[in-house]
Amino acid sequence: MTILYAVTIGVLFACGTYLVLRRSLVRLIIGLSLLTYAANLMIFTSGNLQQRGTPIAGETQPEAMADPLPQALILTAIVISFGVTAFTLALGYRASQAVGGDDLDAMQTTDQEELT
Amino acid sequence: MTRSPFFKFLARAMMPILILFSIFFLLRGHNQPGGGFVGGLVGASSIVLMTLAYGAEEVARQMRFDFRRVMLWGVIVAVIAGMLGLIFQSSFLGSIWFKPYLDGIGRLELGTPALFDAGVYIVVFGATVAIVMAMAEESDREVE
Amino acid sequence: MSPLIIAPILIPLITGFSALLKRRGRRRVAFALGMSANLIAAVLMMASTFDGTILVSQMGNHPMPFGISLVVDPLSAIMLLLTAVMAFLVGIFALATIDANRERFAFFPLFAFLIVGLNFAFLTGDLFSLYVAFEIMLMSSFVMVTLGGERGQLEGGIKYVTINLISSTIFVVAAGLTYTVAGTLNIAHLAIRFSELADPGVTLVLAGMFLIAFGIKAAIFPLFFWLPASYHTPPIAVTALFGGLLTKVGVYAMWRMLILVLPAATAVLQPLLIVISILTMIVGVLGAVAQMDVRRLLSFHVISQIGYLLMSLAIGTSEALSAGIFFMVHVILAKTALFLISGVVHEFEGSYHLKYLGGVTKRHPGAALMFFVAALALAGIPPFSGFWAKLLLLRAGIAAEQYLLVGVGFAVSLLTLYSMIKIWNEVYWKPNGKASNGAHASPLTKIERRAMIGAAAVMVALVFALGIAPEPVIELSNRAAADLFPTGTQQSGYVEAVVAASADIGGLSE
Repeated sequence: MTILYAVTIGVLFACGTYLVLRRSLVRLIIGLSLLTYAANLMIFTSGNLQQRGTPIAGETQPEAMADPLPQALILTAIVISFGVTAFTLALGYRASQAVGGDDLDAMQTTDQEELT
Repeated sequence: MTRSPFFKFLARAMMPILILFSIFFLLRGHNQPGGGFVGGLVGASSIVLMTLAYGAEEVARQMRFDFRRVMLWGVIVAVIAGMLGLIFQSSFLGSIWFKPYLDGIGRLELGTPALFDAGVYIVVFGATVAIVMAMAEESDREVE
Repeated sequence: MSPLIIAPILIPLITGFSALLKRRGRRRVAFALGMSANLIAAVLMMASTFDGTILVSQMGNHPMPFGISLVVDPLSAIMLLLTAVMAFLVGIFALATIDANRERFAFFPLFAFLIVGLNFAFLTGDLFSLYVAFEIMLMSSFVMVTLGGERGQLEGGIKYVTINLISSTIFVVAAGLTYTVAGTLNIAHLAIRFSELADPGVTLVLAGMFLIAFGIKAAIFPLFFWLPASYHTPPIAVTALFGGLLTKVGVYAMWRMLILVLPAATAVLQPLLIVISILTMIVGVLGAVAQMDVRRLLSFHVISQIGYLLMSLAIGTSEALSAGIFFMVHVILAKTALFLISGVVHEFEGSYHLKYLGGVTKRHPGAALMFFVAALALAGIPPFSGFWAKLLLLRAGIAAEQYLLVGVGFAVSLLTLYSMIKIWNEVYWKPNGKASNGAHASPLTKIERRAMIGAAAVMVALVFALGIAPEPVIELSNRAAADLFPTGTQQSGYVEAVVAASADIGGLSE
């Protein structure tokens, strides 16, 4: 199980990194969200990959409980990444309108000296 | 843009059900899956459904709320819940319980965590509707 | 615990939501009141921690490893006060200068939420809350950078957003791994656990990940390219706020994690830190020297100053950290003052470009005087604040026998002075620029103009005061630095305070 997770996380990170390095804006955004999925899975593994009882006091003995913390962390991280993804999509849309395409190499004017 | 009358009827019929369901989620949230965040989202979905059925302008006219103000009230409710803990328990979000016994209903467990959750519900409700309304007004304008 | 400790989060939070309301007048009043209240809260906080007290509060009365700690040690108090001062002055500047369109699209609420994130980051004693605080801060900053939708802003924004998201991903992975290794996320508890841990290999990996994650946010040497690409694109009030504060949060987080939590691994990383620090200083200042746009020039200086702050981490002694904290106070004030002054000059002359500007000394001697003070302070000429900051830092370097760092720090100071002289010559002394004749039509009213100049002037006055009377701040930074280092067999003051506060409410008693 652990190996399966390790491989999945590795593949997700690899795909995410590859997509972020492409020239296309859309791929960049997809790549960024793949990276956050990988990070979330990574946190998930920190809470012992075994089947345990629901962590509710009174229903399960403390020894038999699953660790609820990683899930709480992932929930927070998912909500944050949802917001961030929505924002990057909107930003990408506006940027592609302004530049006229989704080519990241066309977005270099701020690095050049401009006379304003 | 024409809107389906069936969908309009459905949205109207669903609205009270969704609101009730969302309050059920909110109240259930203390010890069971549920809570203010989910409840707020479900509650907001009722308004979203109305927006899809009737159009954002119509809904905005009928609601007569400023949803941004709803957000502010939600934050204030949540902050008050936290501050009660700070004042009486010397810790922000510290929980205070009030358990009256009512004939015919049983023991009620009222506490600041529930109040905080209600604040979260209001914030999420207000924020979601405000965002969706803003986007819907934008896209309605583009369609026209 | 007094309600004071939560105030720096709640006040800007409520301000932010109030500033979302529909009527323009009310929004502006709510924002101004909120930022003033925030300043008062930060001053009170400083007053109650000035003698070295550490305030700790456990959220929800849950003891330490389970509940989230809010901790105000002198370092946090300094950062909170700086943030509040910045938010107040830059807030006034923004109220005067931000155009109606940006204001309609929630500029001031975003400003307030940015302050929520910053204050939360300085208050929290929990690693994952620190991540959440960073995200609140970043989300607001993303929108503030791109608000207005000019092409340059969108292009710069994409780089800024991408690189910061990657840094957040590394941060959250590092936090997850920390939890796997240590089983806790409370910073004080982590410090205890890692000091007991026999195997330093794991902590080395963690320290490296934190260094990269916070390094991207702080714009250290190989990871800084996003900064000069994006910082000059938004309105100058935003640039001042970001250039003054945002990168410094990265340095603050590095101090907290690397010095307090992972000191053993940081000692192993020391050679790397020295190299990064040197290269950050040099590359930043060389980039600055080559620029012709005042905003870009100052953006490169931000990087160079980060090198100095990193130097305190690279030397790694308590003395160096104390100097670093003083440097932080100095550089935040001086850098923001410079950005605000360049905004004032733009208001008078209508340009940020060195070729186009000229003759400001003759037409606006007040602006020239303000620039003179702030620039010499940044370069480190006595009796201004930069002199004391660099003196302390270099002295700590000599005491720790890091002569290379000291030499580079000294040389970079000279280059900083050179680039400041370049601005002075081009903008203020040269008879006239290509385009400017002092008759720039500005949309601002007289009161707005006065407010913006007033905000810049107060900032410069603060820089000046820090140079004239550095003693109390130096004392305070000594206390702040001492709290992060363990003394003898005892844990550091920070850790002891958090453990004691949790023991009070029946928590962990180790």
